[in-house]
Amino acid sequence: MLYREAGQFKTSYLADQAIFPIRQDRIGMAVIIAGAYLLTLTQNDFLLNAMMIPFLIFTLAAIGLNLLTGYTGLLSLGTGAFMGVGAYACYKLTSLFPDVNVLVWVVASGFFAALVGVIFGVPSLRIKGFYLAIATLAAQFFLEWCFIRVPWLYNYNVSGAIEVPTRTLFGIPVTGPTATAQTRYLIVLTIVAVMTWLASNLVHGRIGRMWMAVRDMDIAAELIGIRPLPTKLLAFAISSFYCGVSGALMVFLWYGGAEATVFNINQSFNVLFMIIIGGLGSLIGSYLGAALIFILPIVLRFVPPRLGLDIQAATVEHVTFMIVGALIIFFLIVEPHGLARLWQIAKQKLRVWPFPY
Amino acid sequence: MDLLYSIFIDPFVQMATAPDLLAQTLWEGLVGGMLYALIALGFVLIFKASGVFNFAQGIMVVFAALTLIGLHKLLVQNGVSNATAAAYLALLLTIGVMFVLAFAVERLVLRPLVNQPDIILFMATFGLTYFLIGFGELVFGGDPKIMITEDLRLPTGAITYKALGGLLSLQRLDIAAAVIAAIMVTTMAVFFSKTRIGRALRAVADSHKAALSVGISLEQIWVIVWFASGLVALVTGIMWGARSDVSFALEVIALKALPVLILGGFTSIPGAIVGGLIIGIGEKLAEFYWGPLIGGGTDSWFAYVLALVFLLFWPHGLFGEKIIERV
Amino acid sequence: MDVKRLIWRGAIAAALGLAPLVTTARAQDIYVPLLTYRTGPFANSGIPIANGMHDYLIMLNERDGGIGGVKLNIEECETGYDTKKGVECWEAVKGKNPAVVNPYSTGITLQLIPKAAVDKVPILSMAYGLSASAVGEKFPWIFNPPATYWDGLSIVFKYIGEKEGGLEKLKGKTIGFIFLESGYGREPLPLLHQFAKEYGFTVKEYSVAAKEMQDQSGQWLAVRRDRPAWMIMWGWGAMNPTAVKRASENGYPMDRFIGIWWSGSDDDARAGGQAAKGYLSLNINGLGTDYPALQDIKKYVVDKGKSQVEKDKFGEAFYNRGVYNSVIVAEAIRNAQKVTGKKVVIGEDVRRGLESLRISEAQWKELGLPGFASPITNLSCADHNGHHAAYVQQWDGTKWVKVSDWITPMKDKVRPLLEEAADDYVKKNTGWPKRSEACDKST
Repeated sequence: MLYREAGQFKTSYLADQAIFPIRQDRIGMAVIIAGAYLLTLTQNDFLLNAMMIPFLIFTLAAIGLNLLTGYTGLLSLGTGAFMGVGAYACYKLTSLFPDVNVLVWVVASGFFAALVGVIFGVPSLRIKGFYLAIATLAAQFFLEWCFIRVPWLYNYNVSGAIEVPTRTLFGIPVTGPTATAQTRYLIVLTIVAVMTWLASNLVHGRIGRMWMAVRDMDIAAELIGIRPLPTKLLAFAISSFYCGVSGALMVFLWYGGAEATVFNINQSFNVLFMIIIGGLGSLIGSYLGAALIFILPIVLRFVPPRLGLDIQAATVEHVTFMIVGALIIFFLIVEPHGLARLWQIAKQKLRVWPFPY
Repeated sequence: MDLLYSIFIDPFVQMATAPDLLAQTLWEGLVGGMLYALIALGFVLIFKASGVFNFAQGIMVVFAALTLIGLHKLLVQNGVSNATAAAYLALLLTIGVMFVLAFAVERLVLRPLVNQPDIILFMATFGLTYFLIGFGELVFGGDPKIMITEDLRLPTGAITYKALGGLLSLQRLDIAAAVIAAIMVTTMAVFFSKTRIGRALRAVADSHKAALSVGISLEQIWVIVWFASGLVALVTGIMWGARSDVSFALEVIALKALPVLILGGFTSIPGAIVGGLIIGIGEKLAEFYWGPLIGGGTDSWFAYVLALVFLLFWPHGLFGEKIIERV
Repeated sequence: MDVKRLIWRGAIAAALGLAPLVTTARAQDIYVPLLTYRTGPFANSGIPIANGMHDYLIMLNERDGGIGGVKLNIEECETGYDTKKGVECWEAVKGKNPAVVNPYSTGITLQLIPKAAVDKVPILSMAYGLSASAVGEKFPWIFNPPATYWDGLSIVFKYIGEKEGGLEKLKGKTIGFIFLESGYGREPLPLLHQFAKEYGFTVKEYSVAAKEMQDQSGQWLAVRRDRPAWMIMWGWGAMNPTAVKRASENGYPMDRFIGIWWSGSDDDARAGGQAAKGYLSLNINGLGTDYPALQDIKKYVVDKGKSQVEKDKFGEAFYNRGVYNSVIVAEAIRNAQKVTGKKVVIGEDVRRGLESLRISEAQWKELGLPGFASPITNLSCADHNGHHAAYVQQWDGTKWVKVSDWITPMKDKVRPLLEEAADDYVKKNTGWPKRSEACDKST
């Protein structure tokens, strides 16, 4: 009833090409963004620190990987390492040039990740599918080894970890222990929102179409004049850029310090699972997938004490693992195309509601 | 110049001057390679039959080993006095558990997901992994267990003899592992190339639809391959467990099978063996002779880079099926 | 429509789960959260420690009704040795006025160090974490008694010197160092190389990546080639039992293979069986169950089924390590009650309690743990570690046996390195707050 597009006419090509052609979508989007910003007002540090900030950061990484895997069809298992490149680049940059604002470096660190991504993306011209995954796996393990073995990267700290110094923006601390959860959340939210918007424009434009052509069949794409190597490398570069920024955000605005193990293979798998469960080739799917894989276990852990059950922490953890595993299989059976597809179906249903057809 | 010398000449001088260490390195590589091949075999079986890249293979290894140890303990506590008898009884029961697991996976995971893209099935096995981790830890606890090597009458100790101007020491367990792995792999290869079920399996691998239309039961084939890879997981678990201990950390060894698979090709049983040996021996040689140049620890990535280099020349692995693409 | 109903149920459960994010602890309790890990790849080291920590505190509740008449509210938070979950646990517990937090992972500790001062919660990283945090002027909220890793290494060398008949005898020899490839494993390297220069031996490093820790055959082959006179190990989790096995397989003399206190659990050596006989490791706490306090734990906790410990693992090295950790927590709380005069103490009070903590030999006896650990005598505002003694234990095939006296570390060698590292940390972390906390005199 509410969600119906009758009476909305598109009178220009521009209107037809809009990202949200339906008015209700625009309103809904505005409400979600406003709601997300309103969350800054909450005093609940746990909600911001342990749920929202990591959720947004993982979403950004998931969008990055989705550009590569979902839109261009190149499977990558090196996400964790590319995030690490971003984090270490940002750390080096801010310690070499402490006067430049750290947020500039957070974004700039993406370029270093992009460069590394391109290098490891070169074999993608020759290798496909699961075989390509090995190229990125080599990147994963080699880079992880570098993060420990090249002490220059962590400024020769004895602890072998990178620690985040306090940096300010307009006199307000944005990184380091004194930065409030609210400030950090605001910054992460803004960066993620802007980068999502950019990604959305990217995939709706010429570049996105090139990527999708390559994904659907690279030989056919080549025949219609898309050069596969630059297209694939561009996908690697932009994807790694997103992952790099997300890695830098992770260390600087969430963890506040990190060891190399943070960027291990599990991180890569986690992000991959987010995009598969969320929906390959869908930006909204990246959000939904990150929510399911990251937030669900946290919420589940809070269920037994809420129900008044006195269960050992370890048992809760085991059961959480089982439930998450079962839920993943369940969702895949219900909708193999990911949560994004469920979202689509829900919208379709809503359009004709309350009538079934 | 020094660098070039230490890269290109010194390692070979070392090999020539201490042939006993070279032989020992090759032996360790061989054993490691056979064990990698064993894990890879578990993947290949399932991939061949259902196109599923089974991420859960690693946790199946842990799960099988834990079940074996848990059942053995239970039997001993409940009055089976002969430890060896208990061990073999537990082994049989574990095989039964692996069959139930295979059956449940087919019913609850694979059948509802039939005809879905590979990546979805891959994801489903990840869900399975999560589930098995939680379930395994809930039932058996997260503390490490010691493999019942002696009760299974697996040989222990080492054979040492003087040879090549030094001492060569072969662990009896390693010999047994290599032999059992070889037997296992050969049996599987013969079983799946000569028998009726093997032919049916290959038909399924070629095309699900065509196989169904000539009356092959997909469900049956799937249960069989998952059961077979469950058996492989059990053997892998016993062998790796005996080499260190059985804990959930063992799960990560499944990752080592990836370069082996890539190298040998996803669909080839001989490929898994050759790939395993190349990776096993290659990484031991690299770590032993070239590792010290860059501070060691190369075994964490060498296998993957080696596989990558091979891939640049054989994009479908050494024995993988060539995919011909048409527009 | 089953699907629909299931989804609704899930949504309701999720909503239920979200609601309790803000809960407050009962005000009359002292809240002691325990960050433990009974899951994940390092669970083999984590479980006995978690049991020990948990059981001692429960015993205090059952036997004495808490500390100073105030009950302890003990809650475990499962980290799985994962930094992500560790930070999550911190966020979950920090609002409930925790007395002290034990991260039990170097990675998690590193992340929590900057947060501690802001959230006013002291961190007790007992003989792990950032060694430099021993410098109390720079890290007023972090405590890592009884000794740092560098102290541990110096104790190892004192022991080696004793066996060799003087450290000068090491000249020209080789010493191997096998370590988990991580910040923890690499930390002793600077001091090790300093020793190498001083005493004229060569160091061979063998690094083990976390995902290769169950193999290690390459590393031990290299050990066979290099024939080091001594092997020192900085291992954790499944790395330890595998290393012990490989060492015996490669014929390395086990009585020349010595691990840090985190490589000395019963499970570590047991996997090697009889072949592991002779393996050495440092320890900072007593062995076995022949202490009145442990008998009390047995009586009040284990026998009543309130513990998760398996009967035959009660009193093992790492279980007692957990008990030791809880003794420090409990005594710090008791001391805080004395210093502040309050009954229900929170983080800020316990920080003061830790800073002036004293556990003399007589007090250890009073606690029912005579000779259980080195007396805690050196904690101060400047020194949050104390550099206390440790001893060497040896595996006799079935259990650990104490084979040396309590050995004090070479504080003169370690302290300058610590100060330097702390300065370096503060310099790199611009805006690191100056210490503003007042200093209590210890009594």
